[in-house]
Amino acid sequence: MSLLDVTGLTIRYGDNTVVDGVDIYVEQGESVGLVGESGSGKSQSALAILGLLPKQARVSGSIEFDGQQILGAEEATLNTLRARRMGIVFQDPMQALNPYLRIGVQLKQILLSHGLAEKAEADARVIEMLAKVGLPDPGRQFRSYPYQLSGGMRQRVMIASALIAEPDLLIADEPTTALDVTVQAQILELLEELRDETALLLITHDLGVVAGHCEHTIVFERGRVVDAGPTTSLFASPGHDHTRTLLAAAPRVDRGEAPEPVSGSTLLSVGNATVSFKDLKAVSDVSFAVRRGETIAVVGESGSGKSTLVRAMLGLVPMTAGRVVYAGELLTGAVEDRELSKRRDLQLVFQDPASALNPQMRVQAIVEEPLLVHERGATRAERWSRVVAVLEKVGLEEKYLRRFPHELSGGQAQRVAIARALILDPKVLICDEAVAALDGSVREQVLELLRNVQKETGLSIIFISHDLAVVRSISHRVLVMYMGRLVEVADNAKLFGAPKHPYTRALLDSVPVPNPVVTPKRAPLRGEVGSLVNPPPGCVFHPRCPIAEAICSNKEPTLVDHAGTRVACHRATAI
Amino acid sequence: MNRSIKVSVTLLLAVAMFAVAGPWLSPHDYLTTNFDRLLASPSLFDLHLFGTDDLGRDLFVRTMLGVRVTLIVAIVASLVSLVIGVTYGAIAGFVGGRVDAAMMRFVDTLYALPFIFFVILLMVAFERNFFLIFVAIGAINWLDMARIVRGQTLSLREREFVEAARLTGVSTLRIIFRHIAPNLIGIVVVYVTLTIPQAILVESFLSFLGLGVQEPQTSLGALVNVGVAQMEGAPWMLLIPAALLALILLCFNFLGDGLRDHFDARHAE
Repeated sequence: MSLLDVTGLTIRYGDNTVVDGVDIYVEQGESVGLVGESGSGKSQSALAILGLLPKQARVSGSIEFDGQQILGAEEATLNTLRARRMGIVFQDPMQALNPYLRIGVQLKQILLSHGLAEKAEADARVIEMLAKVGLPDPGRQFRSYPYQLSGGMRQRVMIASALIAEPDLLIADEPTTALDVTVQAQILELLEELRDETALLLITHDLGVVAGHCEHTIVFERGRVVDAGPTTSLFASPGHDHTRTLLAAAPRVDRGEAPEPVSGSTLLSVGNATVSFKDLKAVSDVSFAVRRGETIAVVGESGSGKSTLVRAMLGLVPMTAGRVVYAGELLTGAVEDRELSKRRDLQLVFQDPASALNPQMRVQAIVEEPLLVHERGATRAERWSRVVAVLEKVGLEEKYLRRFPHELSGGQAQRVAIARALILDPKVLICDEAVAALDGSVREQVLELLRNVQKETGLSIIFISHDLAVVRSISHRVLVMYMGRLVEVADNAKLFGAPKHPYTRALLDSVPVPNPVVTPKRAPLRGEVGSLVNPPPGCVFHPRCPIAEAICSNKEPTLVDHAGTRVACHRATAI
Repeated sequence: MNRSIKVSVTLLLAVAMFAVAGPWLSPHDYLTTNFDRLLASPSLFDLHLFGTDDLGRDLFVRTMLGVRVTLIVAIVASLVSLVIGVTYGAIAGFVGGRVDAAMMRFVDTLYALPFIFFVILLMVAFERNFFLIFVAIGAINWLDMARIVRGQTLSLREREFVEAARLTGVSTLRIIFRHIAPNLIGIVVVYVTLTIPQAILVESFLSFLGLGVQEPQTSLGALVNVGVAQMEGAPWMLLIPAALLALILLCFNFLGDGLRDHFDARHAE
């Protein structure tokens, strides 16, 4: 008999069916992945299994957990089940932890309120559990508040709280989506280690995560299960078109064709840029140049200073030192002080289209606004036809002109944001995590759009991203940043083919690959990003570096040429 | 449009229409005393619909007059607080930095002034007149409005669509009017409907203390004040204006709640 046996699960809100006749089986100790795009019903199914759906939801079908029917069960029964036999890890640990209670108290409550431990031994059990999930100095973390921990540490605490009652089933809903890739690799490895006898139901949009960690995979599309089976055979020969679409849309960090390097003239260059906020040095001495028609990617984890770098370049935050030269002319000062003619050539696309579009303006007004500033002479009819033309270019029909942003999907809204940036025919388009908030298939369409626009107009693109797989598919050259410093600059093929910096290598190794039969990875990077206020001496990466030597903690390396790659590492020759 | 908006707007319009048209329809006026009918109870006889007061003046006409004054005070005072508060708050929030700090410390200082003391001071410095009530109430209400608008502007200013507008070179004035202001409307409209009852209460309170509207003019607060004195012999003198006051207050409160839901729903769609 299965541990978890879900048959014909259907969830409706009013007339809206979000989950439609779904079957899920999880055997004792097995790991099962639920994959699908946002809104495909995977999280709703998980909430139903936990008995946590809101009251308006109308649920039918059957959910049996170890022979016990969950649908319609008493709240008290569910509470006991959830506490002792099912653990749950959510995406955002900050919301799942009570900010006013110490970590230790929160975990102890689980044990005490369900009589799983005596008062005397509870503290010791909690500390033991915290040590098991790899928290350094568990005695101190026991007394810490959630805000004192980093995102990765909090997620470890969540895992500790889910596993402390030694459940039979662990449900993890996008447990690593909010985390940086090196931390994601650590957390996934931890989940793998700790599972022992616990079955795992892993919900994710990332096929790479499923491929590496689940024995069975279930594919969701619009509330239905369209494909299911053992992970290896499912990935090798997908039984449904949607699975094939998902696999095709998943960018691969381990392979792919590098775009040919561009050999145009330099259009924009940044020299020795430094940005400080009081004691915090967000960007230190960064120099790079962008050629005409080139896509240059800036990659790094959160806090690496990549967004601050381009914001300073555009004059949105003040640059402490350094200079920006565009088409032979120096750009200085805040964006408001720059000449309009120079401003129109540099345009920015933001990460979250929902907050980048004014909710009170219609699409037509949003896209038209730059024309009102830069082309005062244009008549209403001229502006109208320009707006229609640029929307057509990004693949939106005329009917969207009258819509408000909240009436658009995420992908459509991002197209509108791109249209607004493109209407002035800029020379440089800066995309700050512009596809990070989009689902796989939509992301691929937006990337294709950027490629096409570049081909047509010879646009230069600065593409900021934490997602190396996306970077591999779109960029000509890549800058890798760590703690505000450039650590490696290389052409696409060189960077992904022969990374020189140990941090680049670790980043590449951390990205989950959507292929279950790929060779096992090296151990994930230890620790987390250091403090920018008080950076480590010497090379800022040395505390986490697997090949650090004495010199690394004394002397800060500079960018040096190594076979066409510029890399800031004392040990670059050792790789 | 939800039900609480519809019902409260209908009731308010009905009350306002009565207040405007009522005195014309009645054969009595608000000044003439009828010594034959002091403290008459409400009746259709003589058309003293709400009875008369201790001076024999028709209460129906006086109550309608009071409703007019109360509504005018409430709306004008709220408009004063709306104009000053929104402008002040939006400037402080958008400009930010030292200007913001200085402007908001000024607001804090005004908050520290005891309100009644402030009103008495105004009454002593100038002659007692109707206009002073607007000034006094407006001067207090705009402080809250300024704080709320400033906070909202601060968070809107950091939003990416404002950054995008700055980047293309949209002028500051246009950013404020095209990007910031429309996003403030929801919260401001809701807040105004909630300050109206506040202004009504303050006016009633001032009139009750004898600092507000002066005889022979009247307001609902003043009528309640007189009514309290005659509570035992002529309860209608208290009950009728008090009931109308309560009705108006409830309507505005429900309108505010309704509008808040209305604007929320639009974003939740």
